[in-house]
Parts: sequence; C-alpha cells; structure tokens
Amino acid sequence: MLYTPSLIAVIIFFAFVGLTLGLSFYLARGAKSSQGYFAAHGQIPWFINGIAFAGDYLSAASFLGICGMIAFYGYDGFLYSIGYLAGWIVALFVIAEPIKRLGKFTFADALDAKFNSRGIKFVAGISTLVVSIFYLIPQMVGAGVLIQPLLGFPHWAGVLIVGTTVIIIVVTAGMVSTTWVQFLKGTLLVVFSTILTWMILDRGFDTSSTNYKGYTFQALHDITSPQTAPATITHPGGKTFDLVDTVATPFAGKPYLVYQQQGGNERLLFKADPTDSTTYLETQTISQTANLTFINNIPRGLGDNQANLQPVGHMARLPDGKTETGPLGPLQFLSTLQNSEVVLWGSEVIKEDDGTTHTIYYQKPTPGSQVLRPGETPTFKGIRSNDPFAKLDFISLMLALFCGTASLPHILIRYYTVKDAAAARKSTIVGIASIGFFYVLTLYIGLGAMTSGALDVTNSNMAAPLLARSFSELLFAMISAIAFTTVLGTVSGLILASAGAVAHDLVQSVGGIHLSDHEQVRLAKIASVVVGIIAILLGIIFEKMNVSYLVGWAFSLAASANLPSLVMLLFWKRTTKQGIIAAVTVGMISSLAWILLSADTYSKVYGLPADQALTPFSQPGIITIPLGFLTLIVVSLMTPRARELAIHQPGSSPAAS
Amino acid sequence: MKMTSQHWGMIFFFVYLIPYAAFVLLNAFRPDLMEQTPISGINLAILSGFGLIIGAFLLALLYGFLCKPPKQNS
Repeated sequence: MLYTPSLIAVIIFFAFVGLTLGLSFYLARGAKSSQGYFAAHGQIPWFINGIAFAGDYLSAASFLGICGMIAFYGYDGFLYSIGYLAGWIVALFVIAEPIKRLGKFTFADALDAKFNSRGIKFVAGISTLVVSIFYLIPQMVGAGVLIQPLLGFPHWAGVLIVGTTVIIIVVTAGMVSTTWVQFLKGTLLVVFSTILTWMILDRGFDTSSTNYKGYTFQALHDITSPQTAPATITHPGGKTFDLVDTVATPFAGKPYLVYQQQGGNERLLFKADPTDSTTYLETQTISQTANLTFINNIPRGLGDNQANLQPVGHMARLPDGKTETGPLGPLQFLSTLQNSEVVLWGSEVIKEDDGTTHTIYYQKPTPGSQVLRPGETPTFKGIRSNDPFAKLDFISLMLALFCGTASLPHILIRYYTVKDAAAARKSTIVGIASIGFFYVLTLYIGLGAMTSGALDVTNSNMAAPLLARSFSELLFAMISAIAFTTVLGTVSGLILASAGAVAHDLVQSVGGIHLSDHEQVRLAKIASVVVGIIAILLGIIFEKMNVSYLVGWAFSLAASANLPSLVMLLFWKRTTKQGIIAAVTVGMISSLAWILLSADTYSKVYGLPADQALTPFSQPGIITIPLGFLTLIVVSLMTPRARELAIHQPGSSPAAS
Repeated sequence: MKMTSQHWGMIFFFVYLIPYAAFVLLNAFRPDLMEQTPISGINLAILSGFGLIIGAFLLALLYGFLCKPPKQNS
C-alpha cells in the first residue's frame, strides 16, 4: 500500500527527535567518567529506572510486531505478550538483586565477580555482542518500515535517521541520556496505548464493509454457480463492470469471478465466501511485472488514473443480528468479538510464464471464537496438528521467552543504574506493572486494528499506527512518532550494552590493555559509533525480514548462552570458571547453529525448501538451554574449584548455596 | 528460620512457574480446551493469559512487600 506523507506527522516526529537529542546534549556533562557513562553513577531513582525498563524492553517487536500479528491472525500474537511478561518473573525473583550486588558495568562483571577470569570476560563480551546484534536487526528494520508512511522516505532513510539519532544519544551521555530517553518513551508508549485502547472501546464494532477512506467492498449474493453470477455490476464509485470468461485471463481454472471495467482497464476479482458458497466477496490484486506494479490491473500510484490498495478490516456479523454495538467495556469487547464473525484476509500467488506475478488478497470471514483461540498463525498452527515437533517448537519458544528476558544484556545493565539491591527490586516491580499493563493493551490494539478498516494487507507491522489513523491524523502522527521513540529507546540500550562489552570486557580485560577512566569512555564512544554503523547496514540488508521473528531468536540465544551461568553462579557453589566459559560458549554456539540450520531460516533467509533443514524444529531453547546447564555442571565437576575472590560491595553476600 | 529475599524469590518463582508451564502445555497439547468460555463469554485462552499477566504483577507486589527491610529502632 502506498501512503500519503502527513505534515503533522513530520512535525511531531522531528519534535520528538529534537527533544531526545536536546535532552542528550543537556545531560552530557553528567557522563564524563566511566561510572557515569556506563551506569549513570548508579543514581537513577528506582521509579524512573522501572519505567526506563519498560522503555528499554518494549521494542518495535512488541509494539509493531505483536499488534500486527494479533490484527492479522488474532490470539496467537498475545502468546508473545504473555511469554515476554512472564520472563520478568525470572528477572525479579532470581536475577535482580544478586546481579546488582555482583556487577559493576556489564553482565560480564557479574559472571566474573568470583573468578577474575579473562576467559569469562571474553565469552560474556562476545555473547553480549551476538545477542545485541540479533536484537538490533529487527529494531532497525522496524524503523525503516515506519518511515515510509510517516515521512514518505525510503526504507534506508528511516534506518539511517534512527541509527544516527541513537549514535548521538549514546555518544553524548551514555547511560544517563539513554535512561531518560527510555523513560520518556516508556511513559509515552503506555499513556498513548491507553488512550488508543479507550478510543477502540468507545467506538465498539459495526458491520459496515466501508473502510475509513469511504471505500465499500462489494459482495455478490445468491450465486449458485458461476453461470448465475450477474453479467454486469456497478460499483458504488460509479464504475460499471462486465463479467468475463476467466479463460482469457491469468486466472483460468481458479475459483474467481472476473469482472472487467467497461471502457477501462480495471479488473475486479470476487471469491466465494468460505462460510457461504453462494456469496462472492471482492478481492484486491497486486500484479508485478519486471518493472511495473498494478493494482486491480491499473498502474499503482496516488495520482489520476492510478490505483492503490484499499485499507481493510471489518466485522461481517455481530451477535443477535446487530449492525453496531456502541461503546463497549473491556470484557464486553472480548465477549462480543467471541460471538461475532470477523473478515480476515488471505492471499494466493499466481505466476505467469512471462514472469508476471499476481498476488490476490481475498476476504476470509472467520468466527470470532476461532480468532480468539491459539494456533491460527502459520507460526503456531502446528499445535493443532499431531506433529510432536511442531508442539515442541511452540514449547521451546515459550521457554525461550520465559528464560530470555533475564539474560538480555541491555536489560541486565539497567540494574547497575540504581543505588542498591532494594532499588533494583523496586524498579523491576515498576517495570512489571508498566510492561504487563501495556501487554494487556496489545490485545485490544491488535483486535481494534483488525476491525478498523485501516489495515494494510501487505504489511502487518503497520497495524497499530494505521489503527490510529482511522481515528485521526493527529493520533496517527503521535503514535508513529512514539513508535519511532520505541525504536530509539531500545536501540540506545542495545548499543550501550555492546559498547560496554567492547570497551570494558573485550579490550580492557581480555586484551590486557589498561585504560584510564577517560580513555575507557572514549573507547566506548568509538565502539558505539561502530556498532551503530553495523546496525544501520544490517537494518538495510534485512529489510524484508519479519520483525518479531528475529527477536525470538535473540531470546533463544540469550537464554541459552547466558542464563545457565547466571543461575548456577548464584545457586551452586561448585561452579568453576571453566564451567562458566564452557556453558556460555556451548549455549551460544549450539543455539546459533540450531537457528541457522532450522526450517524457518532455510525458507525465510536462504530461500531453500524448509524440508531440507537439518533440525527437526526451529526454536532451539528446549534443547540448548538444558545443554548449557548440563555443560556447566559436567565441566565444573571435572575442574578444580578456584579460590574465590572476595566481593567487596558493602552489604553483599557471596552466592547462595 | 528468617526468610531472606532470595528465599521468597525462589518460592514465588516456582509459584509462578507452575501455572505458566500448565498454560504452555495446555496450549501445546490441548488447544481445544482453550476455546471453552467459562466466565462472561470470554474464552480460557484470554482468561488464562490475563491471569498470568495480572498474577505476575500481584506476586511482584507481594514480593516487594515481604522483602521490605525491617524498621529500625532509633
């Protein structure tokens, strides 16, 4: 779908960028030392830090990816919300206080607190870089996805603007500016998502097939066979179409009625309603030749004699034959949808011998009870089959989401920005409250978008901003700008975690180079620029990748590489430095190898048949997380216990037995 | 025995782990059960999902309350 850039959106977007940059320059004087640059002097108030947790954690995958998945498929996207939130239980109850006591600047500090081992610093630093880069890619791709409808710029421009802004934020004031940008973003995201949800509930549902731009999708009734279809139809726009024989079209032998515009080129296809075979519903077709794109056989564009895809999403039927509900309560909204019928959209691709490709987007009226049940997305449909590997794949993903949060380096470094373990605990509770509340809202935002008449059938990631556009241009501008700050906040945290890994763990500890405080900060700034440039390049290269999928990979990697060592260090006295080095290495390599050899990577990245993949299912966590624990136990038992170093933090206690 | 925040943390972790594991396993092996609508016409999938999110918040609050440092006598 082509979008018309919005002036108000451009103004608000640049106001947001200006605000975050101004904040960073203002705060720059507070981040001259390494303690200030990496940990904001440990003086961030716990409540601010808690909201900043939300700003750090609620990434483009959460806001754009989950809402989009719910809008296109229903409940399955909410499974991600549940898994992401559940991961904070591990962070709060197991990790938060010990990691604050053990660490200083980075996750490697905590792992290495008892051993002073270069090997631990090295593997933890590499693990931080790998996890952060996997997480960075979808954020940068999300930035590019947003920039097109917002400013009308190409994908690469969005990636470049976000990358450059984040580099400036991180270079000027490190963790100080990153924290305040994340606090700002977390606050705005939760507040505006609440407003959006309130507007969705206030609008309720109706059964109109007219989208928010005023276009009405047509339905042809009482067609018992193609021969009984009307020979001529008149669209509400005034155009008249004649039924033609499909033999003369690229759709011969396919279940479509084809209508050709009288005196024009427009061609409309209708497909039978799966729930009522005597009703045929209007479709939308994108045809792609070597260098031209057509919509319903008319050149794509926004000018005269050009066509654009129409926004979609409406209710087919409401309970008790109603045509509209009026305002609904939160539970009433869900129970009404449960007993209604929603029009989802499917697609079919037809290829011609000359290389022309036709993608037909067709309406799929679907019972609400089906929309609100698990197992409707391509990702999770396996749980409704008898395939044990498909079920294991699902369990593996939910395990990775549960274990991954407390292992993400950019989340872990936020524990060093508060003054003590109690503040770490309290800020995590604030984080859980704000993140949990937001995830509840994702269900309403996604379902609201599904029935908003504003969805782009080709791009699920735009569901939330386009839902806002169905209410007002101003709200669209605000939500889009907030989505941008969503990317800014998360990417800032990731780049800072990566810079810390390079400057503090790899160069200083492993390279054996002693750096002064000032040199350490300067090196971290240089590392931020380099990682930022890498992120920009990857964001451009991976333009076509699914946003939320890569985040799932990052969680699996983090959980497999980092969690076994963190947990065992805290709860098993017999843990040795060799055990930690082996566990991080094995967890990281095994999960990475599993991902690269999985069916999803074969089909989505390599373009190879999925059945050629070497792993039986795609998500590695259920194998590689236990493998990390097992490796640590076996290697620790095979190696002698080293003399433990004293841990000097006041009020600290050694790892519990 | 005096309960430390670490002890409470482990107890609450397992208190949460059990329903989360049950939720995941039910979705994986009995997704049809998730279609039941036991309360107010809302299905079990949504009720259990809301329950896990709200439950996490309530457990976090309780944990925060139990881990408060004892008041010092001046």
